[in-house]
Amino acid sequence: MTQAEAKNVNVWYDDFQALKDISMTFEPNTVTALIGPSGCGKSTFLRLFNRMNDLIPLFRMEGLVTVNGQNVYSKGVRLDEMRKKVGMVFQKPNPFPKSIFENVAYGLRVNGINNKKEIQETVERSLKQAALWDEVKDSLKKSAMDLSGGQQQRLCIARALAVQPKLILMDEPASALDPISTNRIEELIFELKKDYTIIIVTHNLQQAGRISDSTAFFYLGELIEYNLTKKIFLNPDNERTQNYITGRFG
Amino acid sequence: MNTKQLKQKIAFSIFGTMSFIVVAILFIILGFIVIRGFGAISWEFLTEMPKDGMTKGGIFPAIVGTGCLVLGSMIFAFPIGVLSGIYINEYLVESWLKKFLRMMTNNLAGVPSIVFGLFGMALFVNYLSFGDSIIAGSMTLGLLALPVVIRLTEEALKTVDDNLRLGSYALGATKIQTIQKVVLPVAFPNIMTGLILSIGRVSGETAPILFTVAAYFLPRLPHSLSDQVMALPYHLYVLATSGTNMEESRPMAYGTALVLVSIVLIINVSASLLRRRIQKKNKMN
Repeated sequence: MTQAEAKNVNVWYDDFQALKDISMTFEPNTVTALIGPSGCGKSTFLRLFNRMNDLIPLFRMEGLVTVNGQNVYSKGVRLDEMRKKVGMVFQKPNPFPKSIFENVAYGLRVNGINNKKEIQETVERSLKQAALWDEVKDSLKKSAMDLSGGQQQRLCIARALAVQPKLILMDEPASALDPISTNRIEELIFELKKDYTIIIVTHNLQQAGRISDSTAFFYLGELIEYNLTKKIFLNPDNERTQNYITGRFG
Repeated sequence: MNTKQLKQKIAFSIFGTMSFIVVAILFIILGFIVIRGFGAISWEFLTEMPKDGMTKGGIFPAIVGTGCLVLGSMIFAFPIGVLSGIYINEYLVESWLKKFLRMMTNNLAGVPSIVFGLFGMALFVNYLSFGDSIIAGSMTLGLLALPVVIRLTEEALKTVDDNLRLGSYALGATKIQTIQKVVLPVAFPNIMTGLILSIGRVSGETAPILFTVAAYFLPRLPHSLSDQVMALPYHLYVLATSGTNMEESRPMAYGTALVLVSIVLIINVSASLLRRRIQKKNKMN
Protein backbone atom coordinates (compact mmCIF):
# COMPACT_ATOMS: atom_id res chain seq x y z
CA MET A 1 0.00 0.00 0.00
CA THR A 2 1.18 3.49 -0.76
CA GLN A 3 2.00 5.47 2.37
CA ALA A 4 1.42 8.90 0.97
CA GLU A 5 0.42 10.34 -2.33
CA ALA A 6 0.07 13.66 -4.10
CA LYS A 7 -2.00 13.81 -7.26
CA ASN A 8 -2.10 16.79 -9.62
CA VAL A 9 -1.33 19.21 -6.83
CA ASN A 10 -1.23 22.94 -7.54
CA VAL A 11 -0.45 25.48 -4.84
CA TRP A 12 -0.70 29.25 -4.86
CA TYR A 13 0.34 31.93 -2.40
CA ASP A 14 -1.95 34.75 -3.42
CA ASP A 15 -1.32 34.90 -7.19
CA PHE A 16 2.12 33.26 -7.10
CA GLN A 17 1.99 29.63 -8.15
CA ALA A 18 4.38 27.73 -5.87
CA LEU A 19 3.69 24.20 -7.11
CA LYS A 20 2.62 23.15 -10.60
CA ASP A 21 0.75 19.92 -11.16
CA ILE A 22 2.82 17.68 -8.91
CA SER A 23 2.08 13.96 -8.68
CA MET A 24 4.18 11.66 -6.52
CA THR A 25 3.71 8.50 -4.50
CA PHE A 26 5.68 7.39 -1.45
CA GLU A 27 6.08 3.71 -0.59
CA PRO A 28 6.23 2.49 3.01
CA ASN A 29 9.63 2.14 4.67
CA THR A 30 11.47 4.29 2.19
CA VAL A 31 13.37 7.54 2.46
CA THR A 32 12.63 10.08 -0.25
CA ALA A 33 14.80 13.15 -0.64
CA LEU A 34 13.39 16.35 -2.10
CA ILE A 35 16.13 18.46 -3.64
CA GLY A 36 16.28 21.66 -5.63
CA PRO A 37 17.40 25.27 -5.35
CA SER A 38 15.90 27.59 -2.71
CA GLY A 39 12.38 28.69 -3.54
CA CYS A 40 11.68 25.70 -5.80
CA GLY A 41 8.68 24.61 -3.76
CA LYS A 42 10.11 21.54 -2.03
CA SER A 43 9.33 22.78 1.50
CA THR A 44 5.86 23.86 0.43
CA PHE A 45 5.34 20.38 -0.99
CA LEU A 46 6.57 18.72 2.21
CA ARG A 47 4.20 20.78 4.34
CA LEU A 48 1.17 19.67 2.33
CA PHE A 49 1.22 16.33 4.10
CA ASN A 50 0.51 17.74 7.56
CA ARG A 51 -1.26 20.88 6.35
CA MET A 52 1.29 23.23 7.87
CA ASN A 53 0.76 25.52 4.89
CA ASP A 54 -2.74 26.24 6.15
CA LEU A 55 -1.18 28.63 8.65
CA ILE A 56 0.13 30.85 5.88
CA PRO A 57 -2.31 33.55 4.80
CA LEU A 58 -3.44 33.44 1.16
CA PHE A 59 -2.41 29.78 0.76
CA ARG A 60 -4.58 27.95 -1.76
CA MET A 61 -4.29 24.42 -3.18
CA GLU A 62 -5.94 22.13 -5.68
CA GLY A 63 -5.50 18.43 -6.14
CA LEU A 64 -5.41 15.38 -3.92
CA VAL A 65 -3.05 14.68 -1.01
CA THR A 66 -3.45 11.43 0.87
CA VAL A 67 -1.75 9.91 3.91
CA ASN A 68 -2.53 6.27 4.75
CA GLY A 69 -5.11 6.40 1.97
CA GLN A 70 -7.01 9.28 3.54
CA ASN A 71 -7.48 12.60 1.83
CA VAL A 72 -5.97 15.07 4.27
CA TYR A 73 -7.69 18.04 2.64
CA SER A 74 -11.22 16.63 2.62
CA LYS A 75 -13.84 18.57 4.53
CA GLY A 76 -14.37 17.42 8.09
CA VAL A 77 -10.74 16.41 8.63
CA ARG A 78 -9.70 17.53 12.09
CA LEU A 79 -6.29 19.12 11.84
CA ASP A 80 -5.12 17.95 15.27
CA GLU A 81 -6.19 14.35 14.60
CA MET A 82 -4.58 14.38 11.19
CA ARG A 83 -1.31 16.00 12.27
CA LYS A 84 -0.50 13.47 14.94
CA LYS A 85 -0.40 10.79 12.25
CA VAL A 86 2.37 12.71 10.51
CA GLY A 87 5.54 13.57 12.39
CA MET A 88 7.57 16.63 11.52
CA VAL A 89 11.14 17.65 12.22
CA PHE A 90 12.09 21.24 11.53
CA GLN A 91 15.22 22.89 10.22
CA LYS A 92 16.13 24.56 13.48
CA PRO A 93 15.82 22.30 16.53
CA ASN A 94 12.75 23.61 18.36
CA PRO A 95 12.47 21.80 21.69
CA PHE A 96 9.97 23.34 24.09
CA PRO A 97 11.51 25.08 27.11
CA LYS A 98 10.46 22.17 29.30
CA SER A 99 12.23 19.12 30.65
CA ILE A 100 13.53 16.43 28.31
CA PHE A 101 10.82 14.08 29.56
CA GLU A 102 8.02 16.60 29.07
CA ASN A 103 9.18 17.37 25.55
CA VAL A 104 8.70 13.78 24.48
CA ALA A 105 5.51 13.39 26.52
CA TYR A 106 3.99 16.54 25.02
CA GLY A 107 2.41 14.88 21.99
CA LEU A 108 0.83 12.25 24.22
CA ARG A 109 -0.54 14.73 26.70
CA VAL A 110 -2.10 17.02 24.11
CA ASN A 111 -3.74 13.97 22.57
CA GLY A 112 -5.41 13.08 25.83
CA ILE A 113 -3.14 10.29 27.06
CA ASN A 114 -2.68 10.61 30.81
CA ASN A 115 -1.72 7.10 31.88
CA LYS A 116 1.54 7.60 33.75
CA LYS A 117 2.98 4.19 32.95
CA GLU A 118 2.07 4.44 29.28
CA ILE A 119 3.68 7.87 29.02
CA GLN A 120 6.82 6.69 30.77
CA GLU A 121 7.17 3.68 28.49
CA THR A 122 6.55 5.71 25.37
CA VAL A 123 9.08 8.36 26.37
CA GLU A 124 11.72 5.72 26.97
CA ARG A 125 10.96 3.87 23.76
CA SER A 126 10.95 7.06 21.69
CA LEU A 127 14.24 8.29 23.14
CA LYS A 128 15.78 4.89 22.44
CA GLN A 129 14.51 4.96 18.87
CA ALA A 130 15.98 8.42 18.43
CA ALA A 131 19.34 7.17 19.77
CA LEU A 132 19.28 9.69 22.61
CA TRP A 133 18.33 7.49 25.56
CA ASP A 134 21.84 6.60 26.70
CA GLU A 135 22.86 10.25 26.81
CA VAL A 136 19.85 11.55 28.74
CA LYS A 137 18.45 8.66 30.76
CA ASP A 138 19.88 10.09 33.99
CA SER A 139 18.78 13.65 33.31
CA LEU A 140 15.23 13.38 32.02
CA LYS A 141 14.15 16.12 34.40
CA LYS A 142 16.72 18.56 33.09
CA SER A 143 15.74 21.34 30.72
CA ALA A 144 15.86 20.43 27.05
CA MET A 145 17.52 23.78 26.47
CA ASP A 146 20.69 22.45 28.12
CA LEU A 147 21.23 19.87 25.39
CA SER A 148 23.56 20.46 22.45
CA GLY A 149 22.09 21.34 19.06
CA GLY A 150 22.45 17.79 17.77
CA GLN A 151 20.89 16.32 20.90
CA GLN A 152 18.06 18.82 20.67
CA GLN A 153 17.34 17.71 17.12
CA ARG A 154 17.30 14.05 18.15
CA LEU A 155 14.97 15.04 20.98
CA CYS A 156 12.67 16.63 18.43
CA ILE A 157 12.76 13.40 16.46
CA ALA A 158 11.93 11.43 19.61
CA ARG A 159 9.11 13.86 20.28
CA ALA A 160 7.70 13.21 16.82
CA LEU A 161 8.05 9.43 17.19
CA ALA A 162 6.17 9.41 20.49
CA VAL A 163 2.78 9.94 18.83
CA GLN A 164 3.49 6.95 16.56
CA PRO A 165 3.11 8.50 13.14
CA LYS A 166 3.58 6.42 10.01
CA LEU A 167 4.98 9.23 7.94
CA ILE A 168 7.75 11.57 9.06
CA LEU A 169 8.50 14.85 7.32
CA MET A 170 11.94 16.35 7.76
CA ASP A 171 12.70 19.87 6.61
CA GLU A 172 16.49 20.15 6.35
CA PRO A 173 16.87 18.49 9.76
CA ALA A 174 20.66 18.64 9.79
CA SER A 175 21.37 21.97 8.15
CA ALA A 176 21.91 23.75 11.48
CA LEU A 177 24.17 21.03 12.89
CA ASP A 178 27.88 20.27 12.92
CA PRO A 179 29.23 17.35 10.81
CA ILE A 180 29.32 14.83 13.67
CA SER A 181 25.76 15.58 14.73
CA THR A 182 24.72 15.48 11.09
CA ASN A 183 26.26 12.06 10.76
CA ARG A 184 24.30 10.81 13.76
CA ILE A 185 21.04 12.14 12.34
CA GLU A 186 21.76 10.41 9.04
CA GLU A 187 22.45 7.10 10.76
CA LEU A 188 19.26 7.58 12.69
CA ILE A 189 17.22 8.19 9.54
CA PHE A 190 18.60 4.98 8.14
CA GLU A 191 17.48 3.10 11.27
CA LEU A 192 14.05 4.72 11.33
CA LYS A 193 13.34 3.56 7.80
CA LYS A 194 12.58 0.10 9.19
CA ASP A 195 9.45 1.40 10.89
CA TYR A 196 8.60 4.65 9.18
CA THR A 197 8.25 6.34 5.83
CA ILE A 198 10.39 9.44 5.60
CA ILE A 199 10.29 12.42 3.26
CA ILE A 200 13.25 14.73 3.72
CA VAL A 201 14.02 18.11 2.22
CA THR A 202 17.73 18.71 1.95
CA HIS A 203 20.14 21.14 0.33
CA ASN A 204 22.96 18.73 0.88
CA LEU A 205 23.22 16.59 -2.21
CA GLN A 206 25.71 14.16 -0.68
CA GLN A 207 23.28 13.68 2.14
CA ALA A 208 20.47 12.94 -0.31
CA GLY A 209 22.76 10.46 -2.02
CA ARG A 210 23.73 8.76 1.25
CA ILE A 211 20.38 8.31 2.93
CA SER A 212 17.58 8.23 0.38
CA ASP A 213 16.09 5.47 -1.73
CA SER A 214 14.41 7.85 -4.13
CA THR A 215 15.11 11.45 -4.99
CA ALA A 216 12.85 14.11 -6.47
CA PHE A 217 14.27 17.19 -8.13
CA PHE A 218 12.12 20.30 -7.95
CA TYR A 219 12.69 23.43 -9.99
CA LEU A 220 10.53 26.57 -10.09
CA GLY A 221 7.53 24.78 -8.66
CA GLU A 222 7.74 21.84 -11.03
CA LEU A 223 8.73 18.26 -10.37
CA ILE A 224 11.48 17.80 -12.95
CA GLU A 225 12.47 14.26 -12.18
CA TYR A 226 11.55 11.63 -9.60
CA ASN A 227 13.38 8.33 -9.60
CA LEU A 228 15.60 6.01 -7.63
CA THR A 229 18.42 7.97 -6.02
CA LYS A 230 21.07 5.96 -7.82
CA LYS A 231 19.51 6.72 -11.15
CA ILE A 232 19.12 10.43 -10.37
CA PHE A 233 22.72 10.81 -9.30
CA LEU A 234 24.40 8.57 -11.86
CA ASN A 235 22.30 8.87 -14.93
CA PRO A 236 19.47 11.39 -14.77
CA ASP A 237 17.03 11.60 -17.66
CA ASN A 238 16.67 15.36 -17.56
CA GLU A 239 19.38 17.81 -18.44
CA ARG A 240 18.37 20.26 -15.72
CA THR A 241 18.68 17.51 -13.12
CA GLN A 242 22.11 16.70 -14.50
CA ASN A 243 23.13 20.36 -14.27
CA TYR A 244 21.89 20.71 -10.71
CA ILE A 245 23.51 17.48 -9.50
CA THR A 246 26.83 18.48 -10.99
CA GLY A 247 26.61 21.95 -9.49
CA ARG A 248 26.27 23.92 -12.67
CA PHE A 249 23.38 25.92 -11.19
CA GLY A 250 21.40 26.08 -8.00
CA MET B 1 41.85 65.02 11.49
CA ASN B 2 39.75 65.44 8.35
CA THR B 3 36.31 67.07 8.26
CA LYS B 4 34.53 63.72 8.00
CA GLN B 5 36.03 62.52 11.26
CA LEU B 6 35.43 65.87 12.86
CA LYS B 7 31.76 65.82 11.87
CA GLN B 8 31.50 62.34 13.32
CA LYS B 9 33.07 63.45 16.59
CA ILE B 10 30.78 66.46 16.90
CA ALA B 11 27.69 64.39 16.13
CA PHE B 12 28.52 61.77 18.75
CA SER B 13 29.34 64.36 21.38
CA ILE B 14 25.92 65.94 20.84
CA PHE B 15 24.16 62.55 21.12
CA GLY B 16 26.19 61.74 24.20
CA THR B 17 25.44 65.05 25.88
CA MET B 18 21.73 64.67 25.22
CA SER B 19 21.49 61.25 26.79
CA PHE B 20 23.58 62.48 29.71
CA ILE B 21 21.13 65.35 30.20
CA VAL B 22 18.25 62.87 30.37
CA VAL B 23 19.97 60.89 33.11
CA ALA B 24 20.95 64.10 34.89
CA ILE B 25 17.35 65.32 34.94
CA LEU B 26 16.23 62.07 36.55
CA PHE B 27 18.92 62.34 39.22
CA ILE B 28 18.19 65.99 39.89
CA ILE B 29 14.50 65.21 40.43
CA LEU B 30 15.29 62.25 42.67
CA GLY B 31 17.95 64.17 44.58
CA PHE B 32 15.65 67.14 45.08
CA ILE B 33 12.90 64.93 46.48
CA VAL B 34 15.23 62.90 48.66
CA ILE B 35 16.91 66.00 50.16
CA ARG B 36 13.64 67.81 50.86
CA GLY B 37 11.64 64.75 51.83
CA PHE B 38 14.05 62.60 53.77
CA GLY B 39 13.68 64.65 56.93
CA ALA B 40 9.96 63.94 57.03
CA ILE B 41 10.36 60.17 56.80
CA SER B 42 9.98 58.35 60.08
CA TRP B 43 8.23 55.30 61.38
CA GLU B 44 5.44 57.56 62.59
CA PHE B 45 5.13 59.17 59.15
CA LEU B 46 4.63 55.79 57.51
CA THR B 47 2.27 54.26 60.03
CA GLU B 48 0.10 56.99 61.52
CA MET B 49 -2.93 59.03 60.57
CA PRO B 50 -2.42 62.67 59.53
CA LYS B 51 -3.34 65.19 62.20
CA ASP B 52 -3.30 68.92 63.02
CA GLY B 53 -4.61 69.97 59.64
CA MET B 54 -2.25 67.54 57.85
CA THR B 55 0.81 69.36 59.14
CA LYS B 56 1.70 66.57 61.57
CA GLY B 57 1.26 62.83 61.83
CA GLY B 58 1.65 60.41 58.94
CA ILE B 59 0.30 59.30 55.62
CA PHE B 60 -0.68 55.74 56.49
CA PRO B 61 -4.24 55.94 55.12
CA ALA B 62 -2.92 57.32 51.81
CA ILE B 63 -0.46 54.42 51.51
CA VAL B 64 -3.20 51.91 52.25
CA GLY B 65 -5.56 53.73 49.89
CA THR B 66 -3.09 53.65 47.00
CA GLY B 67 -2.48 49.97 47.73
CA CYS B 68 -6.22 49.23 47.55
CA LEU B 69 -6.62 51.18 44.31
CA VAL B 70 -3.65 49.53 42.62
CA LEU B 71 -4.85 46.08 43.66
CA GLY B 72 -8.41 46.81 42.56
CA SER B 73 -7.39 48.24 39.21
CA MET B 74 -5.20 45.24 38.48
CA ILE B 75 -7.93 42.75 39.33
CA PHE B 76 -10.00 44.61 36.79
CA ALA B 77 -7.38 45.26 34.11
CA PHE B 78 -5.20 42.11 34.12
CA PRO B 79 -7.70 39.50 32.96
CA ILE B 80 -9.32 41.73 30.35
CA GLY B 81 -6.00 43.09 29.11
CA VAL B 82 -4.12 39.80 28.99
CA LEU B 83 -6.96 37.95 27.31
CA SER B 84 -7.36 40.72 24.72
CA GLY B 85 -3.64 40.68 24.06
CA ILE B 86 -3.77 36.91 23.52
CA TYR B 87 -6.72 37.28 21.20
CA ILE B 88 -5.06 40.00 19.11
CA ASN B 89 -1.69 38.28 18.82
CA GLU B 90 -2.62 34.59 18.71
CA TYR B 91 -6.03 34.41 17.10
CA LEU B 92 -6.29 37.28 14.67
CA VAL B 93 -4.55 36.97 11.31
CA GLU B 94 -3.23 40.17 9.75
CA SER B 95 -6.42 41.86 8.65
CA TRP B 96 -8.31 45.13 8.90
CA LEU B 97 -9.79 43.93 12.21
CA LYS B 98 -6.37 43.41 13.77
CA LYS B 99 -5.16 46.79 12.52
CA PHE B 100 -8.35 48.39 13.79
CA LEU B 101 -8.00 46.83 17.25
CA ARG B 102 -4.34 47.87 17.45
CA MET B 103 -5.17 51.41 16.41
CA MET B 104 -7.98 51.67 18.93
CA THR B 105 -5.77 50.30 21.71
CA ASN B 106 -3.16 52.92 20.87
CA ASN B 107 -5.78 55.64 20.81
CA LEU B 108 -7.09 54.50 24.18
CA ALA B 109 -3.54 54.80 25.53
CA GLY B 110 -3.41 58.34 24.22
CA VAL B 111 -6.54 59.56 25.98
CA PRO B 112 -5.54 62.09 28.68
CA SER B 113 -5.93 60.68 32.17
CA ILE B 114 -8.23 63.50 33.27
CA VAL B 115 -10.67 62.36 30.57
CA PHE B 116 -10.59 58.87 32.07
CA GLY B 117 -11.37 60.52 35.39
CA LEU B 118 -14.35 62.36 33.97
CA PHE B 119 -15.60 59.22 32.23
CA GLY B 120 -15.17 57.17 35.39
CA MET B 121 -17.19 59.72 37.32
CA ALA B 122 -19.97 59.69 34.73
CA LEU B 123 -20.12 55.91 34.36
CA PHE B 124 -19.12 54.35 37.68
CA VAL B 125 -19.86 57.08 40.21
CA ASN B 126 -23.08 58.47 38.77
CA TYR B 127 -24.66 56.14 36.21
CA LEU B 128 -23.87 52.89 38.01
CA SER B 129 -24.23 54.76 41.32
CA PHE B 130 -21.13 53.32 42.93
CA GLY B 131 -20.55 56.78 44.41
CA ASP B 132 -17.06 58.01 45.26
CA SER B 133 -15.64 54.64 46.17
CA ILE B 134 -12.69 52.25 45.89
CA ILE B 135 -14.59 50.26 43.30
CA ALA B 136 -15.24 53.30 41.09
CA GLY B 137 -11.64 54.52 41.43
CA SER B 138 -10.17 51.08 40.80
CA MET B 139 -12.22 50.57 37.67
CA THR B 140 -11.29 53.99 36.34
CA LEU B 141 -7.59 53.31 36.97
CA GLY B 142 -8.10 49.86 35.43
CA LEU B 143 -9.41 51.45 32.24
CA LEU B 144 -6.32 53.61 32.13
CA ALA B 145 -4.05 50.58 32.56
CA LEU B 146 -5.91 48.47 30.01
CA PRO B 147 -4.19 49.63 26.80
CA VAL B 148 -0.79 49.33 28.48
CA VAL B 149 -1.52 45.78 29.62
CA ILE B 150 -2.85 44.76 26.18
CA ARG B 151 0.14 46.25 24.44
CA LEU B 152 2.73 44.68 26.73
CA THR B 153 1.00 41.28 26.56
CA GLU B 154 1.06 41.48 22.78
CA GLU B 155 4.73 42.42 22.77
CA ALA B 156 5.55 39.56 25.14
CA LEU B 157 3.71 37.06 22.92
CA LYS B 158 5.44 38.38 19.81
CA THR B 159 8.82 37.42 21.23
CA VAL B 160 7.81 33.73 21.36
CA ASP B 161 9.55 31.90 18.51
CA ASP B 162 7.04 30.77 15.87
CA ASN B 163 8.94 27.51 15.52
CA LEU B 164 7.66 26.51 18.96
CA ARG B 165 4.08 27.04 17.85
CA LEU B 166 4.67 25.05 14.67
CA GLY B 167 6.35 22.28 16.64
CA SER B 168 3.32 22.05 18.87
CA TYR B 169 0.82 22.01 16.01
CA ALA B 170 2.83 19.33 14.24
CA LEU B 171 2.33 17.05 17.25
CA GLY B 172 -1.42 17.36 16.95
CA ALA B 173 -1.93 20.06 19.55
CA THR B 174 -4.85 22.42 19.07
CA LYS B 175 -4.44 26.16 19.15
CA ILE B 176 -5.68 26.53 22.72
CA GLN B 177 -3.34 23.73 23.88
CA THR B 178 -0.44 25.39 22.11
CA ILE B 179 -1.19 28.70 23.77
CA GLN B 180 -1.66 27.15 27.20
CA LYS B 181 1.24 24.73 27.24
CA VAL B 182 3.88 26.39 25.09
CA VAL B 183 3.24 30.05 24.28
CA LEU B 184 2.12 31.34 27.68
CA PRO B 185 4.81 29.62 29.76
CA VAL B 186 7.47 31.07 27.46
CA ALA B 187 5.93 34.54 27.42
CA PHE B 188 5.12 34.51 31.14
CA PRO B 189 8.20 36.40 32.45
CA ASN B 190 7.70 39.19 29.93
CA ILE B 191 3.97 39.39 30.59
CA MET B 192 4.66 39.55 34.33
CA THR B 193 7.12 42.37 33.83
CA GLY B 194 4.61 44.25 31.74
CA LEU B 195 1.96 43.85 34.40
CA ILE B 196 4.23 45.08 37.15
CA LEU B 197 5.31 48.07 35.09
CA SER B 198 1.68 48.98 34.52
CA ILE B 199 1.21 48.87 38.31
CA GLY B 200 3.96 51.46 38.61
CA ARG B 201 2.19 53.59 36.06
CA VAL B 202 -1.19 53.35 37.78
CA SER B 203 0.01 53.99 41.31
CA GLY B 204 1.15 57.51 40.48
CA GLU B 205 -1.96 58.68 38.62
CA THR B 206 -3.93 61.52 40.17
CA ALA B 207 -6.47 62.65 37.61
CA PRO B 208 -8.46 59.40 37.29
CA ILE B 209 -9.01 59.15 41.06
CA LEU B 210 -9.77 62.83 41.55
CA PHE B 211 -13.52 62.58 40.88
CA THR B 212 -13.99 58.90 41.60
CA VAL B 213 -12.53 57.97 44.96
CA ALA B 214 -9.91 60.26 46.46
CA ALA B 215 -10.67 61.87 49.81
CA TYR B 216 -9.23 65.21 50.87
CA PHE B 217 -8.89 64.16 54.48
CA LEU B 218 -10.08 60.82 55.83
CA PRO B 219 -7.97 59.69 58.77
CA ARG B 220 -9.20 56.11 58.94
CA LEU B 221 -8.75 52.91 56.96
CA PRO B 222 -11.42 51.81 54.47
CA HIS B 223 -13.94 49.20 55.60
CA SER B 224 -15.47 48.21 52.27
CA LEU B 225 -15.18 48.68 48.54
CA SER B 226 -17.70 51.49 48.63
CA ASP B 227 -15.56 53.59 50.97
CA GLN B 228 -13.58 56.60 49.85
CA VAL B 229 -9.85 56.55 50.55
CA MET B 230 -6.95 58.93 50.60
CA ALA B 231 -4.30 58.18 47.99
CA LEU B 232 -0.65 59.18 47.75
CA PRO B 233 -0.69 61.22 44.53
CA TYR B 234 -3.84 63.12 45.49
CA HIS B 235 -2.60 63.64 49.03
CA LEU B 236 0.54 65.15 47.58
CA TYR B 237 -1.56 67.45 45.42
CA VAL B 238 -3.62 68.52 48.43
CA LEU B 239 -0.58 69.18 50.60
CA ALA B 240 1.09 71.21 47.88
CA THR B 241 -1.87 73.31 46.76
CA SER B 242 -4.78 73.33 49.15
CA GLY B 243 -3.73 72.32 52.64
CA THR B 244 -4.86 74.25 55.68
CA ASN B 245 -1.38 75.54 56.32
CA MET B 246 0.76 75.08 53.26
CA GLU B 247 3.98 76.42 54.70
CA GLU B 248 3.89 73.95 57.56
CA SER B 249 2.76 71.00 55.50
CA ARG B 250 5.49 71.44 52.90
CA PRO B 251 7.90 68.87 54.46
CA MET B 252 4.97 66.42 54.59
CA ALA B 253 4.42 67.00 50.87
CA TYR B 254 8.04 66.17 50.03
CA GLY B 255 7.91 63.17 52.33
CA THR B 256 4.81 61.95 50.50
CA ALA B 257 6.52 62.47 47.15
CA LEU B 258 9.51 60.49 48.34
CA VAL B 259 7.31 57.60 49.47
CA LEU B 260 5.43 57.59 46.18
CA VAL B 261 8.57 57.69 44.07
CA SER B 262 10.17 54.95 46.21
CA ILE B 263 7.15 52.70 45.78
CA VAL B 264 7.22 53.08 41.99
CA LEU B 265 10.97 52.54 41.95
CA ILE B 266 10.73 49.42 44.10
CA ILE B 267 7.98 48.05 41.85
CA ASN B 268 10.05 48.63 38.71
CA VAL B 269 13.20 47.12 40.14
CA SER B 270 11.35 44.08 41.45
CA ALA B 271 9.83 43.64 37.98
CA SER B 272 13.22 43.24 36.37
CA LEU B 273 14.49 41.05 39.21
CA LEU B 274 11.47 38.80 38.91
CA ARG B 275 11.90 38.50 35.18
CA ARG B 276 15.53 37.59 35.50
CA ARG B 277 14.70 34.94 38.06
CA ILE B 278 11.97 33.32 36.01
CA GLN B 279 14.10 33.44 32.90
CA LYS B 280 16.88 31.69 34.70
CA LYS B 281 14.46 29.06 35.88
CA ASN B 282 13.07 28.55 32.38
CA LYS B 283 16.52 28.53 30.78
CA MET B 284 15.28 30.61 27.92
CA ASN B 285 18.69 31.43 26.52
